[in-house]
Formats: sequence, C-alpha cells, structure tokens
Amino acid sequence: MRLDPHHGVVGTAAPRIDGLAQATGSLRYVDDLAFPGMLWGKILRSTQAHARVVSVDTRAAEAMPGVRAVLTGEDLPVAFGLLPVSQDEHALAIDKVRHVGEPVAAVAADDPDIAQRAVDAIEVVYEPLPAVTTMEEAAAMADEPIHGEGPRVNRHREVSLEFGDVDAGFDAAYHVREDVLFYQGNNHAALETHGAVGLLTDEGRLHVYSSTQVPHYLHRILAKVLEMPEGAIRVTACPTGGGFGGKTDVFSHELVAAKFALVTGRPTKIVLTREEVFYAHRGRHPVLMWIKTGFTEDGRITAMWLKTYVDGGAYGSYGAASLLYTGQLLPVTYDIPAYRFQGVRFFTNKPACGPKRGHGTPQGRFGLEVHLDKAAEDLALDPVAIRRRNLIEPHSLTVNHLRVTSCGLAECLDRVVDASGFRDRYGEMPPGRGLGLAVGAYLSGAGLPIYFNDMPQSEVMLKVDRGGGVTVYSMAADCGQGSTTMLATVVGEALGLDPTELTVVTADTDLTPIDLGSYSSRVTFMAGNAALEAALRLGDLILTAVADEWEVDPDRVELGRGVVVAGDRQMTWREAVQIAEARWGLLVATGSYKPPKDIKGDYRGAGVGPSPAYSYSACVAEVAVDADTGVVSVEKVWLAHDIGRSINPLLVQGQIEGSVHMALGEVLMEEQAFRGALHDGPSLLDYKIPTVLEMCDVESIIVESVDPEGPFGAKEVGQGPLLPVIPAVVNAVYDAVGVRIDEVPVRPDKVIAALRDRTRGGTGRYGPTSLPDYEFRPPLPVDPPGR
Amino acid sequence: MLRLPPLDYAAPSDLDEVVALLADGGSVLMAGGTDLVPNLKRRQYPGAARIVSLRRVPGVAGIDVADDGSVRIGALTTLAEVAADDRVPAVVREAAGLVASPQLRNRGTVGGNLCVDTRCHWLNIPETWRQAAEPCLKAGGEVCWVAPAKKWCWAVSSSDLAPVMVALEATVRLVGPDGVREVPAAELYRDDGMDHLAKRPAEVITEVVIPPLTGLRAGYRKLRRRGSIDFPILGVAAALRFVDGRCNDARIVLGAVASAPLRVTAAEELVVSEPWSEGLVERVAEAAGKAVRPMSNTDLTSRYRKRMVPVYVGRLLRDLGGYHE
Repeated sequence: MRLDPHHGVVGTAAPRIDGLAQATGSLRYVDDLAFPGMLWGKILRSTQAHARVVSVDTRAAEAMPGVRAVLTGEDLPVAFGLLPVSQDEHALAIDKVRHVGEPVAAVAADDPDIAQRAVDAIEVVYEPLPAVTTMEEAAAMADEPIHGEGPRVNRHREVSLEFGDVDAGFDAAYHVREDVLFYQGNNHAALETHGAVGLLTDEGRLHVYSSTQVPHYLHRILAKVLEMPEGAIRVTACPTGGGFGGKTDVFSHELVAAKFALVTGRPTKIVLTREEVFYAHRGRHPVLMWIKTGFTEDGRITAMWLKTYVDGGAYGSYGAASLLYTGQLLPVTYDIPAYRFQGVRFFTNKPACGPKRGHGTPQGRFGLEVHLDKAAEDLALDPVAIRRRNLIEPHSLTVNHLRVTSCGLAECLDRVVDASGFRDRYGEMPPGRGLGLAVGAYLSGAGLPIYFNDMPQSEVMLKVDRGGGVTVYSMAADCGQGSTTMLATVVGEALGLDPTELTVVTADTDLTPIDLGSYSSRVTFMAGNAALEAALRLGDLILTAVADEWEVDPDRVELGRGVVVAGDRQMTWREAVQIAEARWGLLVATGSYKPPKDIKGDYRGAGVGPSPAYSYSACVAEVAVDADTGVVSVEKVWLAHDIGRSINPLLVQGQIEGSVHMALGEVLMEEQAFRGALHDGPSLLDYKIPTVLEMCDVESIIVESVDPEGPFGAKEVGQGPLLPVIPAVVNAVYDAVGVRIDEVPVRPDKVIAALRDRTRGGTGRYGPTSLPDYEFRPPLPVDPPGR
Repeated sequence: MLRLPPLDYAAPSDLDEVVALLADGGSVLMAGGTDLVPNLKRRQYPGAARIVSLRRVPGVAGIDVADDGSVRIGALTTLAEVAADDRVPAVVREAAGLVASPQLRNRGTVGGNLCVDTRCHWLNIPETWRQAAEPCLKAGGEVCWVAPAKKWCWAVSSSDLAPVMVALEATVRLVGPDGVREVPAAELYRDDGMDHLAKRPAEVITEVVIPPLTGLRAGYRKLRRRGSIDFPILGVAAALRFVDGRCNDARIVLGAVASAPLRVTAAEELVVSEPWSEGLVERVAEAAGKAVRPMSNTDLTSRYRKRMVPVYVGRLLRDLGGYHE
C-alpha cells in the first residue's frame, strides 16, 4: 500500500458530502427531532448574580395542567465538570447561584407555552450575596468567595513558570519594552442554539440526542450525574449548526432533558433561546495581559515575560486549560531563549468562559503580535524583519518543551508579504489606509486527553459489504468543519474510491468507536490517522486475497480508482471485495491513533500545549479608517496557512474564510460585556456580528509543509487562521491613522478617543493602564531543553 | 425561541372595527409585526391581551401621487415597496431602504416604522433578564437605570422614517373613535420614552402624505454599527432650499438622540443666516452637536454618539449644498 496520495482524491477541491443536505435544510438538527408523546422542557434561570438559594417552591408549577415533571437541584445532586480538576457544577443549582442565568429548576410539559408558564410560576427565594463582576474585585479578599469558604480571593487557578534565565535575558538586551493590553470576551454565537432530546428506548435504555461537539464526554458525564452505567446510555450527536467550541462543554439542559426522560418515561426536548446561549456561554475569556520583551539591537528576542489575568466567570469549565493556553503556545512561532509565564484565572459572578476557536491562544497572540510591531518601531526594524529574525526552526523544541515538527511559517510569512505588496506599501499608504502583519500557530489536537488514560484518542472501523460499499464508523462529531467529509476523503484516497460513494456513520456512542470530540482541532490529525490505518489494513486484506486468486506476488497487486490491478490484469473493486470476503470472512478493519508520548515536558502545566503537530498562519490585513467617525473597514485579508497537506482545498479555503469572518467580529465588534452582572446585549441584534456587508475580500494561500505524522501529511485548519487576523488588523489601524488601540474590539469610539488624545498632544494610545493588585507566586524554574 | 404570551388575534376587514377593538382596551395594533412581535415576546406590553391586525383592512396600503405632486403612502405599504418605488422622493426611499434588513423590510411597514417603539438596552431584553436588574420605569418599575436620579424614561426614538417625515413636513392621517384628523408628522411625537406617540391609543395611522418637494434638497444619514440590521444610533435628516447661493429654508432633524425626532432649530436658524460656505457648514454642524445629549442606553457610548452629530450633519449638509455649487 502506498502512503502518498496518488488517487487524486486527497488534494481535490470537492463539496462536502453532506453539503447539499445542509444547504437545502434537509439535514436533521436536534430541533427537527420529534417523537410521539414528546414533552417540552424549560429551565428556570437565576436572576441573581450571587445568592444563597433559600427555597424553591414548585407547587404551583406542579399543579398546572399539562405539567408532567418539575426538577430542582436536589434531583440531580452529583457535581460534574468537563475537566477532572473542575467538578464544580450542578445541573440545577444547589445552595447557591453564582451568575445571572444559572439553571435553578426545570419543567417538562405538554407544550412549550405550558412549560414557560410553569417556570414563571416557580417561586425562588434568594438571599443575595455580594457579587464580584471585575477581576480587580476578584483579586481582593472576599468573606463570601464564589467557591469554597472565605475569607479568600476569588482565584480559580494560577500558573507561574520560568524557562531559562529571564532576568539575565533582560540584562543582556539592547532594548526592553513593556505593554499592557486587553482582549474582551466574546461568544461563539453559532446560528443553531443548543438543544437536546432525552428519551427511553423500547428496551428501557436512555438515549440522548444533542447538538454537541463531544458525544463521548457527554456520555461520561450523563453516566456520572445520572448514576447509571455508561452501557445503559446512548448518546447521538446531531449535526450542529455551528459549534466553534461552544458545544464542547456539557450543559444543564442535556442532563435535565435526560433526567426528564427517566422521570416521565416520555421523550423530552429542550432547545435554548439565544439569550440562554449567551448566559450558558463558555466563550472566549476576557484577558488582561502585560508583556515585557528584551531584544538585541537587530531585533532578536533575548527574554520574554508574560502575565495574563483571565476573567473566568463563575465556573471552572475548561478554564484550567484555557489559562495555560494564554501563554504556552507563544514559543511555538518564535524562538524565545528565556520565558517567564505567569497567569491567573479568577472566578467572577458572570457566565463561565471556556473554549472558543483558538482556545485561550488568540488573546496572548494578539498581545504578542501588537507588542512586536511596537518593538520593531522602537528598533527601526520593519514588521517582517523582526518576525523573520525570531522564527522557530522546523523540527526543534521550544523553550517550554513543545516539539515542533513540520513548520511552514517562513513560507507563510513570505507568501502574504509578497501577495499583499507589504514591503512596498507598508507605511507608504495615503492617510486613513494601512497594512498590518501578524502570524500565529495552533494545535493539531491536544496531545493529552482530558481525563487521564493510556487508550487511543481516536478509533475508526471500516466495514465492507458484498456490493463493494464501504462504511466508515467514527465518533467524530462534525461541527461544521467538515470532519465527515475528511473521513470519507482519507479512506477514499487510500482505497481508490470516490468519497461520495462511501457511507460515514459518526458521533453515536452505540454505533461508533471512540473519538474524543471536535475540539483542539484534533479530528483531521487523529481520526484521520485512525481512518488511514484502518483503510491500509483493509486494503492489505483485499490485495492479499486478490494476489492469492491471481497467484501473483502480493507486492505486484495495487489499488487503482475503483479497480485492483497487477500488470495488465485488472478486476473491479466489487469483484475484489467478494474474493476477499470469500477468503477472510467478514471484511472489517480498524485503526487507532494515540499521540506520541515524547512531545511534552516534565513539569506541572506541561500537559497543556503539546500537540503532535502545529499549524502555522501569517496574515496581512488592509484597512481603511475613517478619522472622523473612527470606523475601521477591513478591505482585504491575505491569509497563508500551513496545513501540512490540504486534504480538500475547498474545505480548507472555507475554514480560512470563516476564520477571517469570525476574527473580524472579534477585532471590531463582538463583546460578551456586562452591565454589572447583566449581559450587555444577549441577542443577535445587540451582539454585533459582522454581516456580509462587513466581510472583506480574502486571499487564501495554502502552504503544504507535509507533516511527517499527519494523515497524508495533513494538519489542522479549523482554528489557526483566526489567530493572526486580529493583531494584523490592529497593527494596520496604526499604519493607517497612527494610533495604538491596545484593546479589542477596536470600536469606533476607541479610535476617536485615541485620535483626540493624539491631537491634544497625548500618545494616541487607547487601552488599559493598570493591572489587578495580585501577587503571583514565585515562578517554578524549568530548564529549557538542551540545544 | 422566546414564546409569545397568550394573546387573542383579530384581523377585521373593516377599519372601524379595528378602531373599536383598539378602543376596547388590552389591544395592540399590528401592521408588519417586526417591532411588535419581538417586543411582545420580551413581555414589554404586560397589558396586551389581543393583537389587532391591519392586514385585511382595504385601502391602507399603496402609493399614489396627487395632482399637486404630493405623495400619499398607505400605512401598510412595506418598506421594501417604498424603497423601490421611484414615485417616492429619493430621501424617503433611501431612509426606508436603510431600515433593518431586507427580510424585515419585506414585512415592516411605513406606519409601523413611524410608530416603532422607543428602545433602551435596559428594556429590550427578555423579561427574565430584566428581573435581574429590577424592572426599569418603562417595564413597570420605579427607576430608570440610565439616569436613576430622575423618574423619567429616556428610551430612544429609533425610526428612520420619522426624522425624514418631520423634515419634509409630511402629514399623518389618523383614524380614531372620534373620526379622522390630519397632523403634521412632528406632532405625532412626544419626547417621552414611556409614551412617545401623541396619537390616542385607539387611533390608527392610515397614511402619510408628503407634500411636493419643489426646490427642496433633502437627504438622510444613518449611523449604526453594521451596514444592515441595526437600528439607528443617530439619524440625520435635512431638507434645504437654496436661492442664489444661499439656503433660505432649512429643516434639520435628528433621530435616535432623544425619545422623539429632534428638530435642531439653532442649526436651522444659523444655516439661513448667511451665504453658504464651508465655514457655515462647520458652525451649523457644531450647533447641532451642542443641541443634543444622548444617554448611555443604546449601542456605543453616549459621548461618541454626541461627537458624531456634527460629523454626520456636516457630511449631509456638504452633500446637499454640493448639488448647488
């Protein structure tokens, strides 16, 4: 079997195999599901930011005709959380509520209007507690902390690491600069709101359908919270109308819908409103950061010190990992000889933050790329030169012990610089127009699973029927990124079959072997490798059987497009399959993928950041800034992405363009902001996402570094391309109008404030100036890898 | 999605019946429903028990041009129809075409946009979340969260057509229990966020009549975050008449800076006081800016919105004056 793509399947731009169903609306999302006797669930949510729950009186709700069940915290008493270190949530509040919107009770009723009226009839008595809504408040001693006993500060997690001698690096520097920057939080705002249906099967098993990116984790947490064996539960992840990380946590409504099915015996559906999604959140963490870097005279980094202050909201969620991600991936793009990284995640009385496209890394990346642009100006270097001088080498180890393999960053940088005419145009454009440059890197899957185990992260099974049909079984949940098409394409390439002729069964815990889920951009690399291994094994079975049939050396038999050939002999795939089944019996093959073990360091915190491969991106953004209104229009983005190998260039381009659109929202408009504890605009009218009118032209440039371990050399594209766009736009605003906006989103009022400041003789900077009063513990010294 | 409260629904085919149902109390009038339905879902009208729809009433939709050149637009005419009809003055078509999004303009009507409820980010959120902050004045509470010192509602007039109709001195025809009356568009509004329409609750707008624009140059500019969907956070309508290089008649009306369209008389007086020049435009724009005090109750900061008034007024005046030169 050959390992290089040669059937013309991989590398061909083709529509996704489920694209027509998506485009025509025939795909069945969770809200399309209906079952006989189905009930409608509705959750009562806290109106208090922080309060003791004194009593929940459900009698009036229970007495309403059409109400079939009412649940409160006592009915689901087992704590849960996605990370083993953060088992701090309950499906419905027990004793305390910690943010507005926290689920408190729930009703299942014959129709949604009855459910709403019954929820309105539940009387909750709260004893309000002082609420903490800012990081400054969270850093202060609290008699009544959000979690645990007081007095204590509302700290969730802290990281304090030092790789190499940072002070010596600063001492040796020709120039040292410091910056303070802020990255506002934002929501995924997937068009499909979250939903779930719980029901009992005829055999009495629990079956939960959900719009989730992580059916396996939902399965585990359902078993834990409902105190049932996993074997008694089936989870099916429905196609999602977008995820972006927003459906990678396990939510109250999933557990509650399941519990209602158990309690009433009837299918129960809960679909969240848009407002509930904003309050369920798990989106981008607001991060305040301080960054200090030393440089040699020619721009070489001598040392870097990053502090991040992370506003986590009321629960842990993925936050322990998110915190580490704010700093751990910065050394993946630049060779930093000494690095001190200190970060703290606070609890506040706001909806919990979690992972959103880029998980924790866009904030630090924004900080570093803007900081580097300023340093370049200090040193009279151009933005390309300062980056080029510090690029990480392929096949090297970072200062924090991350293993870099394939790396097309230099090519990405060159390609966007050339395509945009950056060298000639930067600094030379008319007033109000500017260019900005930035780079980024992202994981192709987290190297470690979320719960400790030594099993594969992804497994794929193939089954062949006598007609030659191949079915691919994988738990990978397609959250819109195209993983189902990817699986068909990888198997199709390996076996010489057309991906549209394959059947792909996904995301069902009864039917499919494990995949940990669609997060950390892991599916192409991990499920893709498992699928490739299975396909190669299946191909061997077939080639061996045909070789026996033809009485030729197995090495002479090869797979063509839909045929098996040896010299001038040829038979169809269907004939070959029948010969193989006669020879071997049932034709199945399996593949598994587990990341290598030697890709991480040996220190506390080393588990977050390692990946079997990193994708790289570079971006140039061109903007027009209206100096009278402060409105920033992004006219064009050039985005080069090192994907290793492009399995389907059309889907790669789609991910790049989608990332650019999401990045424009983050850099210019979107804010998960609060007035006190109240969301500033929990609707798609008030929460500003760019429309098609704000979308810019995108020139997508695909760079293929062919990763030694990726399936056919592939890496990720779902998240990485978002990262450099945000700082590139901010840097372009400076080129256009000469003001530094050290805070995203770059709203027009901030641009105007900065321009006025400059007019009045100020620095023309808008951004944070102080940090919370919080003392980090001394950094844990970690020796950099020997070089 | 959010559910509507329990409501009766009536769609009489007779205007008198519509008026009678409205006079009966507990009724809310629906034209396109694009403002009413989301407001109902957020439980902004706790007294509402019945929707009374205009859709079956004959004769309240459509566009006619009278012999004198005045243009009559039926209240139930959709914004999309207005935007596409070249018998309608360009400034009205432009403003209608800037309302909301294409889908909403297919449904939203001229009468509905003239009556669109005032907006505030403490009010236009679902009931559950309003409870989290104690209901504000307009939601039946005791305090305005925008300016708690005074018991007054500052919710923002959010119509794109209203400032234009005021600037064009259009007339609105109202049919109510006491018969028919015609009022200037400016008199339709009250600068009170709680109760921004001067019409009586049982009165229905059936049409708006735009007088001939002979010699008038008019335009509309809208500030909002995105190129579609969003309500105005500033609207500037102006209608100017020039004679011999001088503006001798000016109406400058701002939207979304108060609870009613705001005619900036100081700017109007200034603009006719001397021959047209760039310096004059700048002073007029500044005067308009000084006349307003937006509150922190909608998108972007109040300071920014105030600063944008002279920018937008200046840009519109330059455009209109530019035709002359």
